Amino acid sequence: MEVGQMQRRLVDYTKSLFMEGFLDAQFLQLQQLQDESNPDFVVEVVSLFFDDSEKLLNDLTMALDQPNVDFKKVDAHVHQLKGSSSSIGAQRVKNACIAFRSFCEEQNIDATLRCLQQVKQEYYLVKNKLETMLRLEQQIVAAGGSIPMIELGF
Amino acid sequence: MRVERIINETNDEFPIGIRVLAVDDDPTCLLLLETLLRRCKYNVTTTNQAITALKLLRQNKFDLVICDVHMPDMDGFKLLELVGLEMDLPVIMLSANGDTNVVMKGITHGACDYLLKPVRIEELNNIWQHVVRRKRFERKDRYNSNSQDKLRADSGEAVGMGSIGNNGKLKKKRKDQDEDEERDENGHHNNEDPSIRKKPRVVWSAELHSKFVAAVNQLGMKNATPKKILELMNVEKLTTQNKFRLYLKRISCAANQQVNIAAAVRMRSPNGLGNFHTLAGSNQLHNAAFRSFPPRGVLGRLNTHAGLLIRGLPSRGTIRSGHGQSSVNFGNDQSKLQSFVSGIHNANILQGLPMSLELDQVQTNNGVSHIGELPIADSTTVFPVSSSLIDATITGFSGNPLLGVTSHSLMLEASSQQAGNSRDIVPAIGFRNGNTSSDFAPLAPASNRESNADLQCEPIPINCNAGELITSAPQEWNSPYQSNVTPCSMNSSIPVSGTMVQFGLCLDQNNSMDSDSIGPSSFIDNSAMEQSIIDKEGYLMLEPWEQGSHIPYNIGLLEDLWELQ
Repeated sequence: MEVGQMQRRLVDYTKSLFMEGFLDAQFLQLQQLQDESNPDFVVEVVSLFFDDSEKLLNDLTMALDQPNVDFKKVDAHVHQLKGSSSSIGAQRVKNACIAFRSFCEEQNIDATLRCLQQVKQEYYLVKNKLETMLRLEQQIVAAGGSIPMIELGF
Repeated sequence: MRVERIINETNDEFPIGIRVLAVDDDPTCLLLLETLLRRCKYNVTTTNQAITALKLLRQNKFDLVICDVHMPDMDGFKLLELVGLEMDLPVIMLSANGDTNVVMKGITHGACDYLLKPVRIEELNNIWQHVVRRKRFERKDRYNSNSQDKLRADSGEAVGMGSIGNNGKLKKKRKDQDEDEERDENGHHNNEDPSIRKKPRVVWSAELHSKFVAAVNQLGMKNATPKKILELMNVEKLTTQNKFRLYLKRISCAANQQVNIAAAVRMRSPNGLGNFHTLAGSNQLHNAAFRSFPPRGVLGRLNTHAGLLIRGLPSRGTIRSGHGQSSVNFGNDQSKLQSFVSGIHNANILQGLPMSLELDQVQTNNGVSHIGELPIADSTTVFPVSSSLIDATITGFSGNPLLGVTSHSLMLEASSQQAGNSRDIVPAIGFRNGNTSSDFAPLAPASNRESNADLQCEPIPINCNAGELITSAPQEWNSPYQSNVTPCSMNSSIPVSGTMVQFGLCLDQNNSMDSDSIGPSSFIDNSAMEQSIIDKEGYLMLEPWEQGSHIPYNIGLLEDLWELQ
């Protein structure tokens, strides 16, 4: 596949992520922060997000697995996840976290367990998508092309 | 002008290269924050632990701290307080949680700003303003410190405030007072009465505070003199200086329209202390709003709102109802005045006013800044108010029929007589509650001494909704400065919480003020001051302002008024 084609694919793919709500404008900001002096910024941040989130999700699973659930702790974890997901623009994850928190306040075990599942699901989805996208970008760069800037009309 | 120079200097430096410390336990956010800050061309250091952050802050110089609210090793608010207490830096809180109560908590703990995650670069582009604000205060203080020793009667206050642990608002005050304290510790001021010892620190606890409020309420506005309050509170070692002024400040901050801050400056009888206290607050105390207003919040507001803070030079020991104490330090006052001058810009801190007129929130759009331009030409110029205060005859305090319940106006007249010059400057500072604009009768100068000049101190009533600070200029000047004097008019209505400050400047011909030091003649020579004032009586006049219509003043006048040639 030649570079132009790859670039087009990347653009389409990225756009679809925005359209489907996986990513929001914050992600664009991240992309804009990437420049010659900081060429791997997006990859870095996204990787950090992945690592951090997996840890948080593990902690959450453990916390909700307890006989006596400490909702404060659960809430703190979710809050953190919400912060980091919003920082990179993982919109659906963030929204799931918001719902999660409200159930935490109610101290509703069943609901919170469901929310945890939801958050995990969204997380793995967006992780998948981002990895695909980044791979595409890498391929383009490896082929000598440059990563096209996405312009969103919405 | 000095002040402008300061501003310009600051502008040249910022915002590039300001040293920011970013603290967040979330690595994603931290990296993002770091990158954004670098993009803004700041000098960034990051850490994910609060403890490390404190260590870094102690070891290195930073201009600004941004920290997350939720951190594992230490609560963000705690860190905020510590930073404020120890290093007195502006701190910006960061959180994904934007609930009003959390934001409020941040502000009351002294944060100078609260940002929501995800942080946008536009917001980070503006954070340097917080640094500038601080620096300006700092510079102002440095000016002060360059001059002679300052009176440090505020030590108690500083301490008290510090104990509250309010960062934001207190920071500024603390900083000033810390500086004072440092200077003090190197041996006391020469001018200070040796009998004045450093008072033991008083911790202004919530309990004290509620006692204070109760006492004031009980006494009523009229009678709520510091002394009586003290008695009522029945707290050992609590001096009238503690908190009184600051509390009043807070009150004035809290109340907007109704603030009847009767700047009641009270001068103690000569016991060497010369404390100044503002009774004005007493009016305010009735406002329930004040009580509910957390002191911190108010003070925080002070800083953030750049309220006009008229910091009196309380009792700095130098102001003696004096008798020939040439040690009255106008040097101190002057430094205050200088800081006052330079500080007017945003902070609107009128230092140098021996009255702790808590005209907070005199928000200068243009107005107070003019005041800030009061040039302190030379070290001998002192804000006249202080001189007037020397006269322990501040009439009209408790029991003075003039003190209206709802409106107080404090008029300070200071006249100074400087040997040599033929000008006396009698500034009259009137503080008025409410909206009356009764003209002051010509101030004391007329009564106090014969003035050759056509001295008209016509205090132009200034209506401050929130304590506008207005100076009134004498209508006529018989001096070379005459041209500089213009009637005070405030261009912008300063939204001070309901107090009116009126400065009346009266120029007397008898004053030996140096020509270059005369601005609106608010500067009084030290030596001249004491003598004249001591001899004079009843300088401090409290006049009840009629409740009347709101009369906005043109602050622009101030500018003219105060401008040095």
